[in-house]
Amino acid sequence: MLWDALTLQLGYNATLVAIGATLLGISAGVTGTFLFLRKRALVSDAISHATLPGVCLGFMALVAFGGDGRNLIGLLAGSAVSAWVGLLCMNWLTRHTRLAEDAAVGAILSVFFGLGIVLLTVIQTMGVGRQAGLEGFLLGSTAGMLWADALVIAIGGAATLLLVMIIRRPMTMVAFDPEYAAARGLPVHRIDLAMMGLVMAVTVVGLKIVGLILIVALLIIPPVTARFWTDRSGRVVLLAGLAGGLAGYLGAAMSASAPNLPTGPIIVLVSFGFFALSLLLAPVRGVLAAVLRQLRFQRRVHIRQGLLALAQGQKIYEPLTLRLLRRAGFARADGVATEIGKARAAKALRDEKRWEIVRADQMHEATAALYDGLRDIETVLTQDQIAEIDRQIGGPQEVLA
Amino acid sequence: MLSLAAHQGASVAEKITKDCPLAIRGLTVSYGQKPAVFSVDMTVQPGAMTAIIGPNGAGKSTLLKAALGIVSPLSGQVSVFGEPLEKQRARIAYVPQRASVDWDFPTRVIDVVLMGLSRELGLLGRVRARHMSRAMDCLNRVGMRDFADRQIGQLSGGQQQRVFLARALAQDADLYLLDEPFAGVDAATEKAIIAVLKSLKEAGKTVVVVHHDLATVTDYFDHVFLINTRKVAEGTVAEAFTAETLQSAYGGRLATAQIDQISRALG
Repeated sequence: MLWDALTLQLGYNATLVAIGATLLGISAGVTGTFLFLRKRALVSDAISHATLPGVCLGFMALVAFGGDGRNLIGLLAGSAVSAWVGLLCMNWLTRHTRLAEDAAVGAILSVFFGLGIVLLTVIQTMGVGRQAGLEGFLLGSTAGMLWADALVIAIGGAATLLLVMIIRRPMTMVAFDPEYAAARGLPVHRIDLAMMGLVMAVTVVGLKIVGLILIVALLIIPPVTARFWTDRSGRVVLLAGLAGGLAGYLGAAMSASAPNLPTGPIIVLVSFGFFALSLLLAPVRGVLAAVLRQLRFQRRVHIRQGLLALAQGQKIYEPLTLRLLRRAGFARADGVATEIGKARAAKALRDEKRWEIVRADQMHEATAALYDGLRDIETVLTQDQIAEIDRQIGGPQEVLA
Repeated sequence: MLSLAAHQGASVAEKITKDCPLAIRGLTVSYGQKPAVFSVDMTVQPGAMTAIIGPNGAGKSTLLKAALGIVSPLSGQVSVFGEPLEKQRARIAYVPQRASVDWDFPTRVIDVVLMGLSRELGLLGRVRARHMSRAMDCLNRVGMRDFADRQIGQLSGGQQQRVFLARALAQDADLYLLDEPFAGVDAATEKAIIAVLKSLKEAGKTVVVVHHDLATVTDYFDHVFLINTRKVAEGTVAEAFTAETLQSAYGGRLATAQIDQISRALG
């Protein structure tokens, strides 16, 4: 069943939803990255909650003019208008009052969402037929998705993606160093507004599939996931798009493989799964890597300290040091150095002296920055450079490793 | 030349020519109701190295940011090479304070320097070999060539400052404005930065530095601008960097012993 869903053989609706969710995931991940880099991730939560009054007012307007109250384009246009109003209010609050952005986010989010819920209740008491389904915008509802709906999502997502690609450089510059960007003549406020406008577009496009409450997850989780794997902003953008798209596709397929599984929440959970894996397994920034690195580091420190103690004829009291030295064959159980141990100890002491010279010399600055008290010096300098340093140290030369 | 808070806000008759890299007239900037900079005139001499000096909170950084249009002034005019700022922006390079950015940002040293070329690269232009080699050149000038591929978070404070300087160099500007480039950096970095700044001066560029270390003013700079919300003094080091002007700028905050020391150093 799941395989059928993954290969898009579970019927027309399931296929539409899977394609739509994949596109939405990609554009949300890519767009959300810039919000994340600008450290304004929570702004997306305010924007998404501010869509609800617009959905309701859009519905009322459609009905009042005798149209179909469930026309997706009409509803999305309404949601975009109210989200934009919310965005401008929030921008005004942060720029012209003493309110910090988090407080402004809280204020806009709750007020707009509250208004939306009131309007939703009003609509339910209006007794207009066919209004059922507006609640679907809260958590997304894909059951009755039409070809036209999928088309709206595809075109909206692609347009957003294109715009992001066009202004990615100024957005990155503003995110990293807004003052420098302003000094270069970039219109920082307008770039910020454009960035949030794009986030708003993604939110509006995603209302049908994940709903306004959970869209924030698709905007934020993929960039946070991607950040674990790379130190380059361009790659964070690409990986976030990949993680978002994959989560959209897998989530949609999984929810289609069994009856009554909600699409939006499943997509968010799959996205979280990627995040959790990255958190644990990422090579440098992951938790596991950090723990292993710490353990390895501790062992190297102990061995190094032990060798330096042996070289200077000091007694070793620390049991872990002793155990590690013995296991490496550098010392006997009573703490006396073996032949290999003596040689390595002499080398360690000599390396310390060499490092001292390297660190005092401006010429070797990039190398000196690598000093951690552990690294073998021949891994960072050539034999010629080491020989030169040894000439500066003087003394016996035979310990050259 | 030396004006001890003499003509605050007074109209300046002299014509601002194209030779004048930076001219500020009647500039007032205020955060809330408290002016940080009040009615300041400043005329930067072409090809000079000018230090902006004053106590903490005297408006040194604010003056620089207002000159660049990063903060908007309540009143006043800024002209760059005789024209409005916007027309001549490409000729200014700015080095902000190191602490103003997040150094855990996912970017490499070389990417930061390439930001200095953003005008040439445009929105969609590809980074070509000539851009790369220019960026590497700039890194080389600040002694950071070997660090090009490192993530910026791995750098020491002094190295971060030099990367910022390299980014400014990449712009190939005519006027360089630096905000506290020597704050919290190691001696090696200070030497490297001052060498680069002197080479800029030799190439005929104009350098303006917000500076906090009074002891090095006479060694590094030829012009000073003393500010304490209002302009205190402006001119060559010999004219404007005296015990009297320092006392006026710093008031009781500068120990008399320190002033004596400086005036002795000045002879």
